[in-house]
Amino acid sequence: MNGIATKRIAVVGWALAAPALVVIAVFFAVPVAAGLALSLTDFDLYALADLSTLRFIGLQNYARLLQTPLFWQALGNTFYFVVVGVPVSIGLSLAAALLLNARVAKWQPFFRTALFAPVVTTVVAVAVIWRYLLHTRYGLINQGFAAVGIDPIDWLGDPHWAMPAIILFSAWKNFGYNMIILLAALQAVPRELYESARVDGAGPYRQFVDLTFPMLTPTLVMVGIMTISGYFQLFAEPYVMTQGGPLRSTVSVLYFMYEEGFRWWNLGNASAVAFLLFVVIFAVSWVLLRFDRDPSGATA
Amino acid sequence: MTQWRRGALKHLGALALGVTGALAGCGRRDDPSGPLHFWAMGREAEVVAELLPAFYARHPGVRVRVQQLPWTAAHEKLLTAYAGNSLPDLCQLGNTWLPEFTALDALEPLDVRVAASAIQRDDYFAGILDTNVMPTAQGARLFGLPWYVDTRLLFYRADLLRAAGFARAPQSWAEWMDAMHAIKRRGSGNGNGNGNGDTFGALLPLNEAHPLFALALQQGPVLADDDTRGAFSKPAFRRALDFYAGIFHEGLAPAMTDTQISNVWDEFARGMFTFYVSGPWNIGEFRRKLPASMQGSWATAPLPGPDGPGVSTAGGSSLVLFKSSQRKEAAWQLIAYLSEAGTMQRFHALTGDLPPRRSAWRAPALANDVASQAFAQQLERVRPAPKIPEWERIFQEMQQTAQRVVQRTQGAEAATVQLDAWVDALLEKRRWLRERAAVTR
Repeated sequence: MNGIATKRIAVVGWALAAPALVVIAVFFAVPVAAGLALSLTDFDLYALADLSTLRFIGLQNYARLLQTPLFWQALGNTFYFVVVGVPVSIGLSLAAALLLNARVAKWQPFFRTALFAPVVTTVVAVAVIWRYLLHTRYGLINQGFAAVGIDPIDWLGDPHWAMPAIILFSAWKNFGYNMIILLAALQAVPRELYESARVDGAGPYRQFVDLTFPMLTPTLVMVGIMTISGYFQLFAEPYVMTQGGPLRSTVSVLYFMYEEGFRWWNLGNASAVAFLLFVVIFAVSWVLLRFDRDPSGATA
Repeated sequence: MTQWRRGALKHLGALALGVTGALAGCGRRDDPSGPLHFWAMGREAEVVAELLPAFYARHPGVRVRVQQLPWTAAHEKLLTAYAGNSLPDLCQLGNTWLPEFTALDALEPLDVRVAASAIQRDDYFAGILDTNVMPTAQGARLFGLPWYVDTRLLFYRADLLRAAGFARAPQSWAEWMDAMHAIKRRGSGNGNGNGNGDTFGALLPLNEAHPLFALALQQGPVLADDDTRGAFSKPAFRRALDFYAGIFHEGLAPAMTDTQISNVWDEFARGMFTFYVSGPWNIGEFRRKLPASMQGSWATAPLPGPDGPGVSTAGGSSLVLFKSSQRKEAAWQLIAYLSEAGTMQRFHALTGDLPPRRSAWRAPALANDVASQAFAQQLERVRPAPKIPEWERIFQEMQQTAQRVVQRTQGAEAATVQLDAWVDALLEKRRWLRERAAVTR
C-alpha cells in the first residue's frame, strides 16, 4: 500500500518534470553529446559534401591543437583579457555601486539607469560607435589625449594597444550588470552594523575594509565567477572591431574556434577547441568556488 | 568496432545536419514564381541593380532580388547556407572559392549552356577563365563565368624613376633591383625633399600575400604531388622568397604592415617609395586621392619576371549558378546578360572593375586609358592559384612564414621546411581521399 503510493508519487513527479527534461535533453544533452562526438572526428568540408569521408580519429584533434601555436596564442590573449578585464570590470562595478549607494548621491534612479544602459545595448551597434571613438586620427579619445599633449595611439591597429582597447570597451559595456547586483548586496547590509562601526570609531576606510567588503564577499565571488566565465567567451568584440588582428593579437579562443569551424569548416577541430575551453572555464570556476568555501582565504 | 563507430557517427552527423536543414527549410527559395535570389558582395552588390532595368526589358517575367553580403562575412554565410540548404539561385563568388564549392558539389557546370549561347570562351583572358575550370570525375568542367578581374602589377612614380636614371619601368627582377638600389641611393644622398629622410624603392605591405605569391607563380608551382603536398622548400619557391625577402633585407622596402602606414597615397605622393605592387581598384584610388599636381607622375607597368615580363595572379570574382536552384534557366539568362561585353563596359563605368573579356576592353574608357592598358597586358599573363579548397588557408600561412623570414626571426630554409610540414599535415585528407578513390576504381 505504502509502496504503491510512493511509486505513484514518483510517476507523477517524473511526468511533471518530463517536459523540462525533454527540453534539456533535446537542446542541451544531445547537442553537447553530438559536439563531443564531432570533436573525435575529422568532420570538414569534404565530410560536409560526402559523409562517407568522415573518419573517427580519437583524440588527434586535441593532440594537434595543443601543438598549434595560434591556439596557444589565442589562449594567451584570452587569459590577458580575463586577467586584466575582470578586475577592471568588477572594480568599475564596485566603485559605481558604492557611489550609487552613498547617502549623499542624488538622482539615484537616473544614474542607475544611465550606468546600466550599455548592458542592454547591442554589442555590434556600440562596437561600431567605439570604433569611431578609437579612430587614430579623428577619434574623440585621441583628440582628448592630444588636448593634454599625449601622442595619438593607434588603438585598433597597433598589436600592443588592440587588446587594451577591447578590454576598455568590454569593461564599459558590462560593468552595469554587476553594478546592479553589487548595489543590491550593498543595500542588504544592515545599517545598524555601520552605526556600531561608527560608535567603535571606524572611519570610512575601515568601514569598507572590515565591514562592507566581508559582507559583499559571497556576492563578489558569484559575480567573479559569472564575469570570468563570460569573459573567457570573448568573441563579439574582436569579431566586430578587429577581426582578430592586428597580427592576431585579439584572437580569442572562441574567435579561433569560429574561424576553425565556420571559416575553414573544420567542425571536428572547432568542437575540440570548444571542449578545451570548457575544461579551462570549469577548472578556473572550481578553484574560485573552493576559494569561496574557505572564508579565511577570502578575507585574508 | 571502428566500423560500428563510424556508422554511428555518420548517423549522428546526419541527424545534426537534418535538424539544421529542417530549420533552414523555413527560408527556402524554391518558389518558382518568386524572384531570383542573387547574392553579391561589396560595391558590386550596390551597383548591380543599375544594370537590371535593361535585363527586365528583355525578360519581362523575371524579377531579381539582390542581397548584399559584406566581404568579411560572405564566405561563412555561403557555407552555412550550403549546410542549411538555403543557397540563392546565383551568386558572385571570389574565384579562389570555386574549388571549395566544387568540392561540395554545389555548383552547376556551365559548359553546355555557354556552348549554346553567344558567349565565346576564347574571348576571355585564358588564365582568368581557367580559374573557373575544375577537374571532376567526368573531366574538366566550367563552373563559373568571370565577372571582373583582379591581378597585381606595379604602380610606380615615373618621375622619381626617371630622376634615378631609368627611362622605362623595369621588366626583369635584375632591372627592378637595380632601379630600387638607384632610388635608395639617390634618396639617402639628397633627402629627396621628403622630409623624414627615409626613402625606399618599394612598398610591399608585410600582411599582403599577393606580391610574394605572384613572384612565386613566376618560378613554378608551390604545391607538389597533385596538389597534396607543399613545395615551398623546393628551389622554385625559395628563389621567389629569397628575392622578396632580399628587397627588405637590403633596406629597399620597409618591413611594415599596411596598418602601420597611415596613408599609402600620401606616402606615395611624398616619394617615400617608388614602386607599389597593387591591383586594379587603386587606379581609381590614385586618381581620387593623389593631388592634381601628381597625376602626371604615376604610371602602371606589368610585373617584372625573373628574366623579362612575368606572370601574375589570376584573381577576381565569378558568377556561378547553384545546383540547388529551381530556376536555373532564368538565373543563367541573368549570368549571360551580365557577361555580355556591353554590360561589362557599363559595369566598368560604374565600378572601375576591369572586365574579363577582351572584346569589352575595346570601350574607349579602357582602350585609351594608359593606366588600365598595363592591366590588359598583364591579364594575358596570369596563372591560377592551386585549385584546392585549402588554398586560402595555405596562402595566409605562406605570408605568415614570409613575414618571419623578412623579420629575421627564422631562416628561409627552416621556415619553408616548417611550412611544408604544416601544409602536408593540412592536406593529409586530400591524400587519403585520393588513395580511397584509387582503391574503389
